[in-house]
Amino acid sequence: MVTMTELHKYGTRKFIMPGTAACPGCPLQVGMRQLAMALDGKFVMVIPAGCSSIIPGTAPYTAYTVPVLHVPFASSPAVASGIVRAVRQRGNEGPVVVWAGDGATADIGFATLSGAAYRNEDILYIMADNEAYMNTGIQASGTTPWMAWTTTSPRGKTEDKKDVALIMLMHKVPYVATASIAYPMDFIDKVRRAMQVKGFRFIHLHAPCPPGWKMDDAYTIRAARLAVETGAWILWEYNQGKLTISPPSIPFKDRARRKPLEEYLKIQGRFAHLKPEDIKLMEEKIDRQWDLILKLAEIYK
Amino acid sequence: MYEMLWWAAASRVPLVMAVVTRVLGPPWNIHDEHTDLLAIRDSGWIIGMAQNVQEAFDMTLTAFKISEDEKVLLPVAIGLDGFILSHTAEPLDIPSQEDVDSWLPPRNPRIPYTIEPGGEPITMGNLPKNDVYHALLKKYMDESMENAKKVIAEVYDEYGKLTGRNYGPLTECYRCSDARYIAVSMGAWSGDIMGAIERLRDEGYPVGLLRIRYLRPFPEEDITAWINGAKGVIVFDRDYSAGLGGVLASEISGFIPSNVSFEGVLAGLGGFDVSPDEFRGIIKEFIDKTEREGPIKIRKYWYIPKVEG
Repeated sequence: MVTMTELHKYGTRKFIMPGTAACPGCPLQVGMRQLAMALDGKFVMVIPAGCSSIIPGTAPYTAYTVPVLHVPFASSPAVASGIVRAVRQRGNEGPVVVWAGDGATADIGFATLSGAAYRNEDILYIMADNEAYMNTGIQASGTTPWMAWTTTSPRGKTEDKKDVALIMLMHKVPYVATASIAYPMDFIDKVRRAMQVKGFRFIHLHAPCPPGWKMDDAYTIRAARLAVETGAWILWEYNQGKLTISPPSIPFKDRARRKPLEEYLKIQGRFAHLKPEDIKLMEEKIDRQWDLILKLAEIYK
Repeated sequence: MYEMLWWAAASRVPLVMAVVTRVLGPPWNIHDEHTDLLAIRDSGWIIGMAQNVQEAFDMTLTAFKISEDEKVLLPVAIGLDGFILSHTAEPLDIPSQEDVDSWLPPRNPRIPYTIEPGGEPITMGNLPKNDVYHALLKKYMDESMENAKKVIAEVYDEYGKLTGRNYGPLTECYRCSDARYIAVSMGAWSGDIMGAIERLRDEGYPVGLLRIRYLRPFPEEDITAWINGAKGVIVFDRDYSAGLGGVLASEISGFIPSNVSFEGVLAGLGGFDVSPDEFRGIIKEFIDKTEREGPIKIRKYWYIPKVEG
């Protein structure tokens, strides 16, 4: 387990140099810093098209302090597969990480993602999920939640959120987890546990985006925490045959202990149009998701 | 995959890709046509086209040395005609591993750069500060393409000494030294066209065949030299750029002087066979017409045989 003392050690270390092009309150910088802390800044990052292609600024400069390959949308798992095979041949056992958004993962890059998972490539894949194509102006993606406003779903998205972590679990890879930028200790522990495993590892990182979710810049972490506290985002971990609910989510197995869903929804403008019956239906969806994850935890125990 | 080809080329990483050329549908068709390979001709790949199985092998092996050369650092695509070469059994001479190792040393991993965990924190592929930088990279790519012409010649020179098989290198011209008419082609059907040339020669026609081995870098110096003094040039395309015509004919037509007869023939599209006798007929007609009427200019002639049923 990572300790606060250890995290403080990283407090002044600049894993991402200041002066980036990120929006105020950007969750990706938070998540990427946590990833870098977990790996002590020693890894290779492959980044497909998305916000993280823009954030580090323009060549010949970059704000990222690790070797990075920026690649087209659909290709990052394939590129990372190639890199990891090459560096292993060179005797380097260090982590090769794909840092990708939800669009590149759930939609455009899904074929290469599925291929890399099926081949059990020795890579760590972080899907930083801000729940839409934010970089190009908030278009709905496969992981945009049901009823959320985006520019391509002006009356609310009619489809459900694609459960990418479960899809990856069904690829029979050794490690799959969900995480949240509001729970750095949990996320860092997961990255480190994942690094103890060889093969394909996938972490679905929940990352609320202030402009895309139409919310105050100051609410990034608050929204991420409320997603967990209302039960809307469940933190779980599958590690080589065993699926467990992660500590921050354990209290919310009990429906009565969850905060009212409205608390999470009302700080986000993208859900402003929801009617009470929509919220009720959304709560039912959350209950069903809990049932599913708890049943999986029983099966994989 | 199309976008990836551009990224691969502009990343300047050594790569070799064999491309079995095949018709793109609809309708479903898995036979031979060169259009798919030619659709990547602007992307930055060096593009070769083999005539037979042995050449496909030799082109592939030499491609590694060409692609890894510091003066080049561009990916190489080797086209081989679908079914005609890809599904054909032909005698093949393979050099020994020792011979190849002595000639093709292990790749230097520092060229062009190394990306590894804990390594130098370089970033590749992020946005340029100024778009002019992008233009400059294209200019460098162009210089490397020019260098590639020389490197290809050097590599085939060495390869010839190693295996005893000598090639063009960028182009080959068959019976061209005294030819007044030049046919142009690339790929497997060049063998059939050579058969037609043989028969036309027997009939007294002074004709030769210019075979394009590498379309990128474009062998313009070779082409201008071979057609110098010719009365007519006829180009055979097993490809079609919609709205333009045959790719080879279109690219070569710019190098044809106004007083030289020119015809671009679109044939074999969809993979239909064109026999040596049919080639003979088309070339003969072109020569006879030019002799009769003076220089003709036809950039696009659709050769579509009658089919029964």
